[in-house]
Amino acid sequence: MKQETELGQQAGQNIMMTARNVSVFYGGKMAVNDVSIDISKDDVTAFIGPSGCGKSTFLRSFNRMNDTIPNARVEGRIELDGEDIYASGMDVVQLRARVGMVFQKPNPFPKSIYENVAYGPRIHGLAAGKTALDEIVQRSLRRAGLWEEVKDRLTDSGTALSGGQQQRLCIARAIAVDPEVILMDEPASALDPIATAKIEELIHELRGRYAIVIVTHNMQQAARVSQRTAFFHLGNLVEYGDTSQIFTNPRETRTKDYITGRYG
Amino acid sequence: MRNPSLSLTAILLLVLGLGLAGWFAARAKARAFARPGETRPHSLPSYHGWYVLLWAVLPALLFLGVWSSVSGGLVMQAVMDSPAAANLPGFEMQRQAIFTEARALADGTKTAAFNPQATALAPVFAEATTRYTIIATVVALLLAFSGGAFAFTRVSPGFRARTKVERLVMAALLIASLIAILTTLGIVASLLFEALRFFSMVSPIEFLFGLNWSPQTAIRADQAGSSGAFGAIPLFWGTIFIGAIIAMIVAIPLGLMSAIFLTQYASATVRRWMKPLLEILAGVPTVVYGYFAALTVAPAVRGFAVALGIPGSSESALAAGLVMGIMIIPFVSSMADDSIAAVPQAMRDGSLALGATSSETIKKVLVPAALPGVVGGVLLAVSRAIGETMIVVMAAGLAANLTINPFESVTTVTTQIVQLLTGDQEFDSPKTLAAFALGLVLFIVTLLLNIVALRVVKKYREAYE
Repeated sequence: MKQETELGQQAGQNIMMTARNVSVFYGGKMAVNDVSIDISKDDVTAFIGPSGCGKSTFLRSFNRMNDTIPNARVEGRIELDGEDIYASGMDVVQLRARVGMVFQKPNPFPKSIYENVAYGPRIHGLAAGKTALDEIVQRSLRRAGLWEEVKDRLTDSGTALSGGQQQRLCIARAIAVDPEVILMDEPASALDPIATAKIEELIHELRGRYAIVIVTHNMQQAARVSQRTAFFHLGNLVEYGDTSQIFTNPRETRTKDYITGRYG
Repeated sequence: MRNPSLSLTAILLLVLGLGLAGWFAARAKARAFARPGETRPHSLPSYHGWYVLLWAVLPALLFLGVWSSVSGGLVMQAVMDSPAAANLPGFEMQRQAIFTEARALADGTKTAAFNPQATALAPVFAEATTRYTIIATVVALLLAFSGGAFAFTRVSPGFRARTKVERLVMAALLIASLIAILTTLGIVASLLFEALRFFSMVSPIEFLFGLNWSPQTAIRADQAGSSGAFGAIPLFWGTIFIGAIIAMIVAIPLGLMSAIFLTQYASATVRRWMKPLLEILAGVPTVVYGYFAALTVAPAVRGFAVALGIPGSSESALAAGLVMGIMIIPFVSSMADDSIAAVPQAMRDGSLALGATSSETIKKVLVPAALPGVVGGVLLAVSRAIGETMIVVMAAGLAANLTINPFESVTTVTTQIVQLLTGDQEFDSPKTLAAFALGLVLFIVTLLLNIVALRVVKKYREAYE
């Protein structure tokens, strides 16, 4: 309980999501072990840690994407605005509309750029007509910093874009359903440095409008884009705090060793 | 050594024996210079062995292959030149009969001959056979020995036996693959020549666009009731109606839906059981489907038609098409299964993460992405369906009706080919030759469908890799 109160105090004022004693199992294997964390509405929260530490698995439990994996089981409690997302009455479709996700590898649908962005609004019935839908598509592409590059070729296939553009298209797609939280699972790990810089810039701009949780391998990236950082190791949450504190003055030796590059 | 086939086996064994001896000798020689401390030889000892063996065996085998095709003629020539053959009858068939008997006597498969002239010729035959067998044996062994010896002298530490053996293996594999292709070309050529003969009697325009099919031609001039009309449109229509329309109306939705169920909804256990069960359908002999169509489905279809007040025939397009559709389901389902499974998981995750339900994801993302593969599978299925024979022979009927009523009997290209070629036929009448023209059309259409299907599938693959 000591850890929990400590974490609660550390979180910012506006708490968007809370996880309490969350464990995730793949079959009999425990991937995440009893993690409690608060996600602030106004900050970018970074999950860092070596490969296989459970950070992606933990991230995927925030919008129940683990449901799609056979044998995956989540224990504990995760709340979105005080509502238990694993409660039996929770509609997964609604949840995922509120908690969007961007994946490691850009995964635009093999449809036009326009259709990619319009996909979410269409299935959720967010736009009343063609003009409203056009507006949503344009706004989302603008927010994702892609509008200027694609405005003349909205009917081109989304898969014809470059890797970095594809990833920004995927972010635009996630934004289009107007989520409250955006989960990003190593969004820049498949991109070159210039595309990565654009994604990081975009994350900066999106901060405040959406609660953002980003999983990353790249510690410099975590330091650049996030205000809060959680360090995971072997399925455990080792340390969670302000990014500046984690990177300059970690309390735990394991965190310090990882950040100074001693392992991972 | 009297039986030539027996002696051929003996020569083969001798040659192989020589080759084997060469293998051991070359390997021993190569091992001798593969001593530690010295520079490593280029190839392993066994490669030298194979090199010598191939040199010993292949030329000899090649010679024997050529020999077996000409030795019969040589023996014949010797017999014809002998004095005993001087007063043979001039009539070809009589002479052949005597030769056959004489050869049987010489081989020892017969002990007494019907014709005294055969008895006289037998020793000549035996003598000639023996002489040529000895020649063949000596030449083959000489070839084997000199080939092996030549190769053996080349065995040295620097000799690249491995490269040579590899090259030969490649050549052998190339020949193996060429055989299948050349056979196909031969089939096409034979089909083409017979079809051309047909088209010299019946104009291609009439054949391809004529609406009346009645291939019975008169054998004698005074025979009645044999118009000999070769308009194949009713057959083409029947084929398309059954194979491409009715069968696909059955197979595409069922195949696609079962593929979606198996890939997206079924648990691992269900999938493990259902997929092989479905694939068993593809292994059922088509004649069994034919029984099913003729004995079970066709009467049911007729009963249904009669209940509707439509005059139904006991052989109907619907019965054949339904059963053919069932037969095709595994093809469609397995192609659709493959192409849905090939859509990256990331696509599915992307859709689900936006809050789409499973069925929305399937409808809007998976199926469109998998569509080219599915279309390719359907085209392959169509090409199989229109070439299918047993079901339509048993259930579709023979009447060349040009109709869109599925309860009526129609006939197909394959059914007519069977009809035209069954029984005793003369191969110079347009009736029989029409079968080859039909076969050619079927072949071309199937080929085109396959090419298009493969291109579609390939293009789709490029999108993800």
